[in-house]
Formats: sequence, structure tokens, C-alpha cells
Amino acid sequence: MPGAGISLKSYLLARVALVVPTVLILLTLVFVLMRVAPGNPVSAALGGHVPPAVIKQIARQLGYDRPLYVQYGVYLWHIVHGNFGITITDRRHVTRIIAVNGAATLELTVAAMLVALVVGIPGGLLTGRFRDRPIDAVGRLFGIVLYATPVFVLGLLAQIVFGSVLHWLPISGQASPLTEATLQAHTNILVIDAIIDRNWPALRDVLRHLVLPAATLGLVFAGVFLRLVRVNVIRTLKDDYIEAARARGVRERAVVYRHAFRNALVPVVTVIGLEIALLLSGAVLTETTFNWPGIGHELYIYLENRDYAAVQGIVIAFGLVVVFASLLIDFVNAFIDPRVRYQ
Amino acid sequence: MSQPPVVSVRDLRVYYGTRRGPVRAVDGVSLAIGAGETLGLVGESGCGKSTLGRGILGLLPEGASAEGEVFYQGRNLIGMPRDQLRRLRGPELGLIFQEPMTRLDPLLRIEGHFRETLRSHERGLGEREIRRRSLETLGRLGIPPTRFRLYPHEFSGGMRQRIMIALALVLHPKFLVADEPTTALDVIVEAQILSILADLRKGSGTALLLITHNLGIVAEACDRVAVMYAGKIVEEGSAREVFASPAHPYTRALLASTISLDTTELHSIPGAPPNLIDPPPGCRFHPRCPDAMQVCRTRDPIEQRLDDGRRVQCWLHGPEVAIPQGGTAPLGRKEIAVAEEA
Amino acid sequence: MSVALGSGRQPRPRWLRGGTAIGRALRPIAEAHGFARAMLWSGAALTAFFVVLAIFAPWLSPYGFDQYRSGKELFPQLAPPSARHLLGTNVQSTDVLAQVIWGARTELMVVALALLFALSLGVPLGLFAGYFGGIFDRVLVLLMDAMFAIPSLLLALVIAFLLGSSIASGVLVASLAITIIYVPQYFRVLRNHVASVREEPYVEAARALGARPLTILIRYIFFNVIQTVPVLATLNAADAILTLTGLGFLGYGVQPTQGAEWGYDISRAVADVASGIWWTALFPGLAIVLLVTGLTLLGEGLNETINPVLRQRATAKVEFEATTLEPGGP
Repeated sequence: MPGAGISLKSYLLARVALVVPTVLILLTLVFVLMRVAPGNPVSAALGGHVPPAVIKQIARQLGYDRPLYVQYGVYLWHIVHGNFGITITDRRHVTRIIAVNGAATLELTVAAMLVALVVGIPGGLLTGRFRDRPIDAVGRLFGIVLYATPVFVLGLLAQIVFGSVLHWLPISGQASPLTEATLQAHTNILVIDAIIDRNWPALRDVLRHLVLPAATLGLVFAGVFLRLVRVNVIRTLKDDYIEAARARGVRERAVVYRHAFRNALVPVVTVIGLEIALLLSGAVLTETTFNWPGIGHELYIYLENRDYAAVQGIVIAFGLVVVFASLLIDFVNAFIDPRVRYQ
Repeated sequence: MSQPPVVSVRDLRVYYGTRRGPVRAVDGVSLAIGAGETLGLVGESGCGKSTLGRGILGLLPEGASAEGEVFYQGRNLIGMPRDQLRRLRGPELGLIFQEPMTRLDPLLRIEGHFRETLRSHERGLGEREIRRRSLETLGRLGIPPTRFRLYPHEFSGGMRQRIMIALALVLHPKFLVADEPTTALDVIVEAQILSILADLRKGSGTALLLITHNLGIVAEACDRVAVMYAGKIVEEGSAREVFASPAHPYTRALLASTISLDTTELHSIPGAPPNLIDPPPGCRFHPRCPDAMQVCRTRDPIEQRLDDGRRVQCWLHGPEVAIPQGGTAPLGRKEIAVAEEA
Repeated sequence: MSVALGSGRQPRPRWLRGGTAIGRALRPIAEAHGFARAMLWSGAALTAFFVVLAIFAPWLSPYGFDQYRSGKELFPQLAPPSARHLLGTNVQSTDVLAQVIWGARTELMVVALALLFALSLGVPLGLFAGYFGGIFDRVLVLLMDAMFAIPSLLLALVIAFLLGSSIASGVLVASLAITIIYVPQYFRVLRNHVASVREEPYVEAARALGARPLTILIRYIFFNVIQTVPVLATLNAADAILTLTGLGFLGYGVQPTQGAEWGYDISRAVADVASGIWWTALFPGLAIVLLVTGLTLLGEGLNETINPVLRQRATAKVEFEATTLEPGGP
């Protein structure tokens, strides 16, 4: 067995190849879902607001009267060329929506992920190391109750405490109107835009708006990471090489930190990948609660307006993000764990 | 032994605490090993030999407690503060484990394992010196320098065991415990490992406690042998003499059940090893012993020293004065059957 | 002659000792100790509390969930907690306590239904795919992975949105939406578990003895992997409640005319909070946290006791007796 196994490069190629069928099935799935409901998407969205003749005309324009397989073909063709469709109610390009609002969602989810990791990982390491002692009980209960609190309840609580009562932080929106007026949109990620412009007051304002939503969403997920890391630490501390290291007189601290913790954290990278999907779900609720102008919020509005085309485009976007994020995570995993390539 | 022993164990007891009472894995064991000497420790699975090996080094799991004396360089290892004991492991005391496949950190290169081991005991050691010493020891075990920077999963089982042995030897300990080092390996690799261990005793004067259930290995590689049953050492002496004329019925039965090219029929010892929470009264082997006497059921045998220096715990060897009237009458089959059920 | 019992040991009840399959399965629970035990029993108590509320809602609740008057008398709107309305009333003049109690019924009913559907679909699919492999397995895995790619709440949202126009019962809509999320989970867990158990020596032995595939599947593999299901189902129930309340908060799933839903109540309560009215948001919110915490504690407690990796043997302190060795060693 010495030296055998696929090289890193071929593993990565194989992994990328796997993405294609997954994406295809995803696209087909969404397509089918959207056509499941009776009637055509246009009447669903505009019926009752607009005369039937106009509806028929719009339907023809947007191609909803053609046979299903033709629609499917056109749909796939468009996606491959980066065209995620046009919304029915307000005629916007979904790609445009993704670019503008997507940046806001990205800002929120990345910040939330950071909060989750910073709270969850050390929490998991501590509770796993000191299993069954008071700190373990407290940490776990904390993690469980946090997870059990829906993001909108925690958000509401945060708004009451920090907004209405203490008046420390803003409870709505991504930035104050003044900042939005003065800040140049480069990437649409306001934090980065503020830094690029060296606009420090704007940066401060943007960060103040980011704190509550990111902390709310992040804390809910901190519990997930805590539980995962804890279990891994417990499992790793039972491994044979831990006992062997002790038998060689290695200091307990080195045994725990260098061997146990490092091995315990390896699966965390994978979990981050899995959590991205959940994080995006939570983002929808968080954005609605805090009036954050992200894609989740847009989706909510388009759902209210029964705009199938918009919903379709946005859901596809979400799905693709998850697929590619998982791919990225697998790459990182392959670097970290030398055993992965040998599977 | 003309010189004082490297390790001297006196009345060592290791019990595991469970809800149903303590499991008496090691129940009053005494032995001594001298420099350059190899003592083989044999017995069935579950007789306590691994626990004994680990108990001597203080590497017991949670829930186990040890009492007694283990003298090394004039100090009792039992009850020694943890950090003092930790400092002895590596430079003075070593343990070689049974299954090499899982004993190395999969995320750490071999080089890293050696660096860690050496630096844990000699803090300021330089990279060059670490490399020199590691490669030297690995070389003695047949691992080439080109493989120094590889990961554990890139080695076969036999090679990993050699790496483990090298890690145990790199700080030149004076006492080694090898817990079934070749059980998980094929016979060819086993022979290689055994010859390496043999070189050890000749070359560096290391005292070795070789734990195994394989009598063949003992006959080949050990100077003396201790036979263990149900937490006690029932016979101990020079390997050659013990195998030539076993004094204890259990040793006799063990030898009879080994298989060789001359074997024509299979022998086994009737019954099963006893429950260590509640062992049989008197001699623990009496329910399965073909030569059991009445006294064996009621009184613990007293250790006797035979003419050739052997120690044995068996009423068959006396002392006569301690056996009450009628105690030498044989234990009937019925009584043995009842005792078995108990 | 039986071996004398060690000091202080009580004989275990007969049904718990070896022998019966149920006894074997339940023994780890009886032997649970420490934090795992605390979690198990507190989780069970919390969950049981809500189950009781759900089942006995008509008798326990002072009013109907959409009742806004008693006889001729209208209930006050947004009234603080009082003797008549223990937890106050909300903007629609319905009693908050009634909403909480009837809400328990809604939540548990939807989740139980959803999990039942998901199990009936995901477990057999996972079993067959894991055991027989081949194209069937490959296709299903890809399909399920694609479904995993869509964030769960979004998927549920879309399904609820799509079904809401054609299916009248909000409870059914919500259940189906949640079912779709969990089928891939059960499928994946079961399939992976079966695929690894399939390679175990005891299965190979059964095959060598000529057992038919269905027999192997049921007797050996099913009973082995089924152990993971209770823990998974309990933890999924917790997650499902969160999804359901999330749907309710956004206005999908169970409609206010069809039943009480805690998430929906909170969405109505958001406006109240600004005016200093706290009872319309606090009590439904607390209910969600308590129920989900209870289910999670139960699931984690079960996991700690049943899962061999995490299980801990209870240890006792060892008392050594005096030694009888004379001085002068070997």
C-alpha cells in the first residue's frame, strides 16, 4: 500500500465532473416544480390585475405557450448563458437581482458564519475536553437553547433589547439613508465598499447595522458547530494514537491540542459546507425580520406576488451557490486531510 | 541475577471499579526483571497480562486503581505524581502496543512524531540533532531515510510497527513493555520484529517484558517466563526449565494445548476463565484443574520456591504443614462441576 | 448455588435482564447516568408536557383558538394578562393561552404526519438503494443530493407555495412540504449505513449460508440500522418544528383560519412589540423554545445512551483491602 492512491489533481477533476449531473438534476427539479401548479405562471401572477387578453399576450411573449420540452430546452440554454429569467411582475432580470441583493445576503451570511465559528468551535473544544464537568453541561445547554430559538424570535428579542430599550444599535436595514446616498457601489458588499472608499463613518454605520442580524443568525448556528466539535473531540480522545502519545511521555496539553483537537476539527470543514444551505434558509427569515435587502427578502416579496419566474430564478441561484460551495469545501478538505484522496 | 533488577514489582494490585464490584484484573503480582533480560508473560485472553503491563507503567484507563510497589531506580512508580511519571516515559520506560495500524496520528508525518517525542523530553533540541537521532533509530529498524517525511497511512502494518518500536527506542529507555507486539502481524514480519527485539537485549541491555499468548514466541525469545492466570502469577522461572518440566497444572495444560507439527489430537482446558469480580475461593484454577485437592477449594496457595529457583503457587508443591487434615484428598468430579457452575 | 451478589447491588427487574429484545434495547437507557440521564428525562418531560397539551387541547384550553367572544360579550383586544385571559389577548381579540395550547396540537400533528411520510418513503428507499446498489442507487443518490442543494426552508416554502393553491388543508400542505425536506435525510443516513453494514462479515456469512436477499435485508440489516432512526427522528422533529414555525412566520402552511400556529402568531406580534405589548410575542416564542429544547434534549439524551461511541460505562471508586504479603520480596 505504500505510496498508492490518486493524486490531488485527479481527485479534484473527478469531483468537478460530479457537479455536472447534480446541477442538471437540480435545474430539472426546479423546472418541474414550477410547472406542477395548474394554469400558466403569468395568470397566476397577474390574474385579476390585468385583462385576460394582455395576459395571453405576455404569456406568448415570454414563451409559456410552447410545448413543455421546448420550454425546458430554452430554459437550460438560458441558464448556461447566465440568464436566469425575467420576473413577470416587474420585468427585472433575475441576474440583476442576484447581483444587487445577493451581495447583501452574502455580507450577512459570511458575517453570521464567522460568528458561528468563533463561538461554536472553541465552545465545542472546551465542552468536549471537559466532558461531564459543569462547563460541559452549561455549554451544551446554551448551545441547545440557542438552536431551539427560532431566528425570528431571537431577532425580535435582540431588537427589543438593543433597539427599543437600550437604543444602542439600529434594528432595520443595511445602512442609514445617508450612508446609502454617499457610498459608491463597487461590489455592493457595503462593508468592502466602505473600506475601498476609505469612508470610515460609512463603515461604522454599515457595521452597526450588521451586528444584530449577523449575531442573531450566527448564534443559532453556533450551537450546531458546538455540538459537532464536541462529539468529535470526545471521539478523538478515545483514539489509539492518543494513548500511544501519552505512553511516549508527551505532555497532556500537547496531546490534547496537537493531536486530539486537530483531528477533531477535520470534519468541521465538511460541516461548514453542509451548513451553508441551512444558513441561506435562516437568511430568509433574518432578512424578513430585520428588513435586510437581501435575496431572501426579495424571494419573500415575489412569493407574495406569486411571481413564478422570479421564484424559479432565485431558487436556482440558491441551489447553485450551495453546489459550488460544497465543491469548494471538498477541495479544502482534500488539502487538509491527506487520507481523503485515497478514497 | 547478580546485579539489582531494573524493575521490581511487589504485590501489585490493579482493580477496575464497576457498579457490580471491583474487577480484580491484577491481584497481588510480584516479579523482577534485570538488565538485558527478557521476561515473557503468558496467559489466556482476559487473564490480566495487558493490565499488568500497563499498570507497571502507570498507563491505566479511567476507573482503574493500582496499589502496591513498582520499584524503578529506587523509586515507587505507584503513587508517583503524574508529571514525574510522564517524564520517565520515553527516556526510561517504554511501551510497544499491539495494533500498529491505529497508533500513529494520521495528520502528522513520521518526522513530526519523532520531533514531538524528542522535544517533549529535551526541550531545546535542534532540528539537525532530532533528524540525526530519529534516522539512526529508524535505520536500525530497517526504515530508510527517504520515508521520513511520509504520512502513517503510506506504510504497511509491519512497517508501522517498526516505526512504533523506533519511537519507543529513540530515547534509549532501560525498561520496555511489549504488549503482544506481533499478534496483529503475519509470521514473516513477526520473525523480523522478534529478531529486532533480540538485538535489543544483547546490544543495549534493555530489560524487556514481553506479553504474549503465543508460547512459541516465549520459548524462542525469552530468558524467563511468568505464567498468569486470573490475575495471579501461578508459575515463574527460566523459560527452558518451565517448558521442559512445568510445575503448575495450568502451565502443563497450556503446553499440552499448543499445536505443532507433531500434534495428533487437540487438547483443551475444560471450563472457562473465571469471573474476576467474584473469583472462585481458594486457588482460582481449582474448578478446571485435573489434580485439584480438597485444600485447593478452601485456601489460597502459598508461593513456594523450588530448587531450580522457580516460583510456583500450587498446593501440589506444599508447604505440607499448611495443609489441614484430609486436605490432600482429591476433589471429586461432581464437586468440580458444582464449582464450575458457581 | 448462585454467586453471591457484590455488596449493594439490587437485582434488576426481570424484563430488563438479557433475554427479550426489548429488554436488550432498553437496558442502556436504564443504565444512563450523569448529564445524559438528566437530558433524557428532562427532554422527555418537556416533550410529554406538550404532547399532553396537544392531545387534551379541547379540555385544557379555556377557549377556541379563533374564538373572539364568549356569548354576546366580545373579548378585549390586546389586553394584558388577567384572570379571564391568563396570558392576555392579541390583536384579533383571541386568547393567547388558547393559541398556545391549540398551537401545540397543530405543531405536533403536522410534524408527526410529516415524519411518518418521510420515514415511510425514505427508509425503504434507503434500504434498497444501499443494499442493491447499481443504477437505482446512483440515480437516487444524485436526486437526493440535488434536493439537498436547495436550502430546506426555501424548499418547504416553495412547496407550500405551490400546494397552497390546490390543497385546502393547511396542515396537509405544511406536512407535505416538510416531508420533502426530510426524505433525502433519512434516505442518505439509511443508505450509507446499509452500504457499510452490507460489507460486514456477519452479512457475508448469512449470504454464504444461502439466505435470500430479502431475509438478509430484513433480519440482519434492518434491525441493525433501525437503531439510528429514533435518535434521528427526534432530532428531526425538533428541526421540523422550527421549519414549520418559520413557514408560519412568513405566512405559509397552516392558515390562521384553520388552526393556531406559533410562528404566525409571532409575525402578528412584531407590530405589537413597538407599542410595548410583550405578551403576544413572548408566550408563543417561549412555547417554541421549550418544545424544541425538549425534543432536542430527548434526542441528544438518547444519542448519548444508545450510541456506543458516546456511551460511558459507570465507574465506581475502588477500595483496596489490606495486603497479606510478608516483607521480603521475590
